[in-house]
Amino acid sequence: MQERLKELQAEAIQKVEQSANLKELNDIRVSYLGKKGPITEVLRGMGKLSAEERPLMGALANEVRAAITAKIEEKQAELEEAAVQAKLASESIDVTLPGRPVKVGNHHPLTKIIEEIEDLFIGMGYEIAEGPEVEQDYYNFEALNLPKGHPARDMQDSFYITDEILLRTHTSPVQARTMEKHQGKGPIKIICPGKVYRRDNDDATHSHQFMQIEGLVVGENIRMSDLKGTLEVFAKKLFGEDREIRLRPSFFPFTEPSVEMDISCKMCGGHGCNVCKHTGWIEILGAGMVHPNVLEMAGYDSKKYSGFAFGMGPERIAMLKYGIDDIRHFYTNDVRFLKQFAIEE
Amino acid sequence: MLVSYKWLQDYVDLTGVSAGELAERITKSGIEVEGVEVLNEKIKGVVVGHVLEREQHPNADKLNKCLVDIGAGDPVQIICGAPNVDKGQKVVVATVGARLPGGVKIKRAKLRGEESNGMICSLQELGMEGKIVPKEFEKGIYVLPEDAEVGSDAIALLNRDDQVLELGLTPNRADCLSMLGVAYETAAILGRDVELPETNLEPVSEKASDYVKIVVEAKEDNPLYSAKIIKNVKIGPSPLWMQTRLMNSGIRPHNNVVDITNYILLEYGQPLHAFDYDRLGSKEILVRRANDGEKFTTLDDVERTLTSDHLVITNGKEPVALAGVMGGANSEVTSDTTTVLLESAYFNGLTIRKASKDHGLRSEASSRYEKGVDPNRVRPAGERAAYLMAKYAGGEVLDGTVEVDTLTVEPAVVSITLEKINRVLGTNLEMNQVKEIFDRLQFESSVDGDTITVTAPTRRGDIKIEEDLIEEVARLYGYDNIPKTLPIGSATPGKLTAYQQKRRVVRQYLEGAGLYQAVTYSLTSEEKAAQYALENRHTIRLAMPMSEDRSILRLSLTPHLLEVVKYNSARQNDSLAVYETGNVFLANGTEALPEEREHLAGAITGLWTNHSWQGEKKPVDFFVLKGILEGLFAKLGLTDRVDYVKAQVEGLHPGRTAEIQLNGTAIGFIGQVHPSVQKEMDLKDTYVFELLLKAVLEEDTDDLQYAAIPRFPSISRDIALAANKETISSTLKDIILEAGAPLLKEAYVFDLYEGEKMEEGKKSIAFSLKYADPERTLTDEEVTKVHEKVLEALKEKAGAVLRG
Ligand SMILES: [Zn+2]
Repeated sequence: MQERLKELQAEAIQKVEQSANLKELNDIRVSYLGKKGPITEVLRGMGKLSAEERPLMGALANEVRAAITAKIEEKQAELEEAAVQAKLASESIDVTLPGRPVKVGNHHPLTKIIEEIEDLFIGMGYEIAEGPEVEQDYYNFEALNLPKGHPARDMQDSFYITDEILLRTHTSPVQARTMEKHQGKGPIKIICPGKVYRRDNDDATHSHQFMQIEGLVVGENIRMSDLKGTLEVFAKKLFGEDREIRLRPSFFPFTEPSVEMDISCKMCGGHGCNVCKHTGWIEILGAGMVHPNVLEMAGYDSKKYSGFAFGMGPERIAMLKYGIDDIRHFYTNDVRFLKQFAIEE
Repeated sequence: MLVSYKWLQDYVDLTGVSAGELAERITKSGIEVEGVEVLNEKIKGVVVGHVLEREQHPNADKLNKCLVDIGAGDPVQIICGAPNVDKGQKVVVATVGARLPGGVKIKRAKLRGEESNGMICSLQELGMEGKIVPKEFEKGIYVLPEDAEVGSDAIALLNRDDQVLELGLTPNRADCLSMLGVAYETAAILGRDVELPETNLEPVSEKASDYVKIVVEAKEDNPLYSAKIIKNVKIGPSPLWMQTRLMNSGIRPHNNVVDITNYILLEYGQPLHAFDYDRLGSKEILVRRANDGEKFTTLDDVERTLTSDHLVITNGKEPVALAGVMGGANSEVTSDTTTVLLESAYFNGLTIRKASKDHGLRSEASSRYEKGVDPNRVRPAGERAAYLMAKYAGGEVLDGTVEVDTLTVEPAVVSITLEKINRVLGTNLEMNQVKEIFDRLQFESSVDGDTITVTAPTRRGDIKIEEDLIEEVARLYGYDNIPKTLPIGSATPGKLTAYQQKRRVVRQYLEGAGLYQAVTYSLTSEEKAAQYALENRHTIRLAMPMSEDRSILRLSLTPHLLEVVKYNSARQNDSLAVYETGNVFLANGTEALPEEREHLAGAITGLWTNHSWQGEKKPVDFFVLKGILEGLFAKLGLTDRVDYVKAQVEGLHPGRTAEIQLNGTAIGFIGQVHPSVQKEMDLKDTYVFELLLKAVLEEDTDDLQYAAIPRFPSISRDIALAANKETISSTLKDIILEAGAPLLKEAYVFDLYEGEKMEEGKKSIAFSLKYADPERTLTDEEVTKVHEKVLEALKEKAGAVLRG
């Protein structure tokens, strides 16, 4: 009997080892360990044994069962692991195939530039002021020290609708309106972005419609050195710390003294190239101290208050910053152009 | 203004200052030098030659065979095609090995069998523009004066060894429209002196006043008129140095008298006019306004019709010049002229501007009057011209100047404190520094304590107020030297308004949803202006449009986005999603400004999903675009206030268009572009929306408030209904939500079937319903009770029943 059990154990273990899958293994479990299995069969003959032998034989039978069970579990784990591996292998994919595209658009490059500038100045305590695109001659010219017949009006040939109403030629009327609204009191710090219009034939460098962004600061003790400091902070942030900045005297009817700001040419590092017309400098912005006539017309006492203003063209900045060669691209909206400005810098 | 570096040295010592350096320093002190042209760049090996012999080329009718002495070695043979080459001429020769502009290199050559050792040059071949070359040499070689030294450097002789600074002058600096003005500016920058030109001459004893009488009727237009008489002039070419200076400044030489007036124009900035005295037909000059309809032929041989806006110089009866703009053909100086009446006058800029504009005649003279000439230079300019006519035209200048002078010239006297200068600039200047700057500018000044009083010379008409003085100090002190500070005073919080902030949210959302931002023009055509307009009013037209396509202010954005779709489709970008925010313009009568309303529009076309290797392709449809809008309104917290109501909009598909309502008021539309429009524009199916963004962004939204997350599970029930085909889903949904309240929390469509399995006139529409109670778990029985009520209501109100 004892031998028979040992035989069964050896036989079962061999079969377990040979089993190829979980089903076979289960069959082995049922056939050896089940109620109708050979071990149970063998134990039935225990009645013939002596009282001393019976517990010994019982213990042996349990040992055999335990050994077979352990072997089956071991084998089962082995087979399960193999099955998992096989499944994983069958699920393998080509990870180099493209992913499911997520549809994403982006800002127009001019909006990108404008928001960048807005945010820069918001960080310095400015608010954003907006105004009408169709303006009164008064706000567009007269309030800015450009009376009728002023020769500088030639500099910006305009689209008139009536003698007194025109498409604004710059965003400066927003400044005049803002100052007027303040009724001669208190500080102003604003940025005015928007569309403007001039009688130009559309070509690579001219557009009858374009954007402008201007700034205005009015207060009781605003100095030209403040303008210089502000522009420097702005230009370094927008164009990079490594760019040199140069201020030159200039002329605008609404500021005095007036300033033009150049930045060193990125293309040639200031040595001179076609982009900078061999000067090493690129003109980027006009500015100046607000002309006393402009302050007075808006109701500010020019003896007490002073201010500075500056203005620039987002198209020009975008063209320089991104190397765009034709201003018409901004208004054609070719998606192959637009999608190039998705990147956040 | 073109400024010759060599010429400028007549007035200011430029030792140690190169043209490039000078350009840099002028630019940094306020006048932008837009370029420095090196006239002899790329030129070498060009000498004076003497044509010893000329004969016809044996094998070519149009060529000449010349023997030319070039001052070195034996005379050389040169073949020349110019018709005006001749024996005895002194000419410009590019010798073998010479370089000319445009990369031309002169080599020994054979032309039709004859050897040619160099080239006889025209001025154009030296890089000069044809329009400034003297007329007689425009079509051939240039002939030098007889005294030119054979073999010498022709480039130096022609003053081409010069550099020309191109000044970009702003309207306030008309003073630098003259060499003398530039000289004063240069002297101030360099801290050097100005030397004035020679004007001294011995007049003959005859008196000018015996020859002419001046009457000025229009004194406002012409407060100062002066005339000199020069007798016995011999018309001929002006000296080469003068001609070349004119050419380097962009002016074509004519003859000695005309060249001298132009030379003075450049030197003094004062326009002059020379009349042929004998052709005036009277001994009188009368300055008056023209009569309306008066005819006058200017020296360009164009007959012009004048109006009383125009000022004319007359001989007492008829015009002989359109004042300040152009002389008349009837009194023009010709080669026969012997007596010249030389006009030097001060005309009102606005009067001249009007005339030059009306007649399209903008000249060097008129533009100087328009910008304002120096009243104190009128007489010296006349004196200087007379001096030059005596010297270079053999003339005799009569005694005296005949003039009418009602001009009051008062130089501006402006006082300013040092404290103010430093306060505005943010500097710490001392009074002696400020005084020194005005000394350099040759502005008289006196200091009294903290105050400096400055008398601005009349050449600087732009100096009027304190700020003008501050600017002079700042630019000559140097903008580089002004410190950098930031504004002090109360800190202002920088922020966007709620409207601006929400507009940014709209943009970011739409871009996140797959749309690119477009920016298009506000001006459009009459035809396009009102298409797809949300509100139609009179269109606003420009008084003087540049083209019909850009003549009207737009009332809608959609036509522009359709153009963008069309443009891209034609370039294989046929799946496209774009949006734009921008103003439209509604007329408000002719006096008031139009109403500007900010709109938002979008357009989608082509494939919305295109995941090619997995075979997923889905074209855009109404619901793709509607989903985007729903998401937008959800983002803005307006979902419950927005409705979509089936509508008709011209240009959109009649069955696939909805009006968008906010609180029951129409604010826009969404729909498919009408198939006939799509066909006409060659578009695939395109869906568009446009809405009044202003209304959306100005809508007050509720403050964000947290709602408790349900702690108890909800129970879902799906129902498939057979409903009448025309019953719209929102009707069914409203019935469901009303009948199921308060336990019914949500209902949404999850299936729609309108196929042949349905009875005629019916569709199958399936809703998923979600019941919940925040306080407890609902029982099946409770839900069933409410659910029955819902089904009952659907049957009763819409005839919609559960499908079997
Ligand atoms: Zn460069």
